[in-house]
Amino acid sequence: MRINDVILRTVVKVVIFIILTLGVYLFFSGHNAPGGGFIGGLVLASGIILLYVTYDIDTIQKKMPFDFKKVAALGVLIATGTGLGAIYLDVPFLSQTDGHFQFPFIGDKHLTTVTLFEAGVALTVIGTLVTMILSISEDE
Amino acid sequence: MNNIIVLPLIIPIFTAVILVFLRNYIVVQRMITITTMIAVSIISFFLLELVQREGIIKLDFSGWKPPFGILFVADTFSVLMVLTSSIVTVFCLLYAFSTIGERHENMFIYSFVLLLVGGVNGSFLTGDIFNLFVCFEVMLMASYVLVALGGEKVQLRESLKYVLINVIGSSIFLIALAYLYSTVKTLNMAHIAERVAEAGQDPMLTTVALVLFIVFSLKAGLVLFFWLPGSYVVPPTAVQALFAALLTKVGVYALIRTFTLMFPHQPEVTHTIIGIFAGATIILGCMGALASRNVLTIAAYNIVIAVGFILIGLAVGTESAIAGSVYYLIHDMVAKALLFLLVGMMVYLTGEKLIDHMSGLIRNYPLFGWIYFLTMLALVGIPPLSGFVGKVLIGKGSIEAGSYVLLFLGFASSLVVLFSLLKIFLSSFFGETIITNEDKKPLPIASMASFIALALCMIAIGLGAEQLLVYVQDATNILVNPSIYIDAILSES
Repeated sequence: MRINDVILRTVVKVVIFIILTLGVYLFFSGHNAPGGGFIGGLVLASGIILLYVTYDIDTIQKKMPFDFKKVAALGVLIATGTGLGAIYLDVPFLSQTDGHFQFPFIGDKHLTTVTLFEAGVALTVIGTLVTMILSISEDE
Repeated sequence: MNNIIVLPLIIPIFTAVILVFLRNYIVVQRMITITTMIAVSIISFFLLELVQREGIIKLDFSGWKPPFGILFVADTFSVLMVLTSSIVTVFCLLYAFSTIGERHENMFIYSFVLLLVGGVNGSFLTGDIFNLFVCFEVMLMASYVLVALGGEKVQLRESLKYVLINVIGSSIFLIALAYLYSTVKTLNMAHIAERVAEAGQDPMLTTVALVLFIVFSLKAGLVLFFWLPGSYVVPPTAVQALFAALLTKVGVYALIRTFTLMFPHQPEVTHTIIGIFAGATIILGCMGALASRNVLTIAAYNIVIAVGFILIGLAVGTESAIAGSVYYLIHDMVAKALLFLLVGMMVYLTGEKLIDHMSGLIRNYPLFGWIYFLTMLALVGIPPLSGFVGKVLIGKGSIEAGSYVLLFLGFASSLVVLFSLLKIFLSSFFGETIITNEDKKPLPIASMASFIALALCMIAIGLGAEQLLVYVQDATNILVNPSIYIDAILSES
């Protein structure tokens, strides 16, 4: 029996953009202000889980054909990869660097390698959380 | 730059993640795994030589100076442990390839073995006690999966217990760390040691030390080993051997590190309790080993006895006793891995676990039988095999300190070890053979190779005692003089 969830579906269509934007915002504000890969990842993952709850697993899997176990693995790979990069450049393990760059149209931007590390953390969190929820939901 | 120190941690973890993407290519997985572990072994060997040349070396992550940042420290003791654990892992993997079966290999088992090794190496190398907690967790997470993987009913039961006990242990660890941080305001091990020495080890700090002691005892199987015989016998043999060789030893390492570096100032409280626990562990472990007729359980109780024996050295605390502990720790990692692989192979060959149902194995597999005999001699401590020097040194230290009770218990336990292992040998290897030539299973060549290699390691540790003792003595020197360690970490270079 399908429950009548038209309100949920309608609300989610709008709210999901707010949640995902907040997740991305938290992720980018991370290394200097409250936020970061972990929290950004949590918010993004909760957005994705909300989609799974609202629509069914099959629909979402058709639109987002990722194996979330591999997403988590990719995240760890990126995060540890930044550490290995530091070893390759012969500075202490996990050293990070940053710099200001001039771009056409958008002007001065502060770019950091820690964002890459945080991206790895975010992907790991998303992958792990979604995998957990999906494994629980598969239980009969 | 000392980035080499972090390689034994990061290489296994990085490779473990890469293996996730190669799930269906089992042969590639095997090749990558074994190459990685051989590489880690070689790197650890270079690291050992480097530490010999340059003394204690450290790596400040991201360049944050101690005591503010996290750091990895390589001294002779930790690098010896890393080297031994990496070599043992290579041979356990060799055994796993021929026996573990495709079902496990498909389920990321090599990834988890590598994560386990990464956690173990990290625990040995870290110089920050919170980081020690993190590395413990990495190791434990991997071990939870390895215990449960396979999905048999008994595995589910034992893994539930195992996870529960370790989660409780970890939360107590965290509480102890909170207490420690609130009293000494630092988590860097060298800095803690310095502050505890300056302020004097008051009752509050001794209490914190004892809480840490309980946590590490739980992980090492010191008195609190009730979970160990159950959960160590359910996973596949190669995983059992890895657990036997590595997991409890990390707990023992943490105990030795904590009570030689950070809290050595109240030996009449802490070291007395360690001594009582070590004695009790030996007695209880011996009772378990004598009572059991299941080969796997007998082997598991032998781990417990060895843990008690190693900690006699710490409890006594003289220089030769601690040297004996370090030496015996190295020996025990190799010998216990081999013992578990051998009894696992017995179960694989006969399909039985009780010694009464096996007989005459030595007629079917003579070399296998004699390697078991050799392992037994090494564990008992017959010269010139690997157990001898460690036992002599611990015995010498106990006599120097006048701890005759511990001395007696330690050496009486050797007899019990001999008896329990001889029980297996007499009833399962000797006697009328029960396996006819038609149903004789061939012994996988790769397994035989790993037995021979580990047996050779044991003989080498025994015969090469003189070369190895140079390293062991250096490790001991740092353990009994914590100021060397503290100066190396905290002095500005």
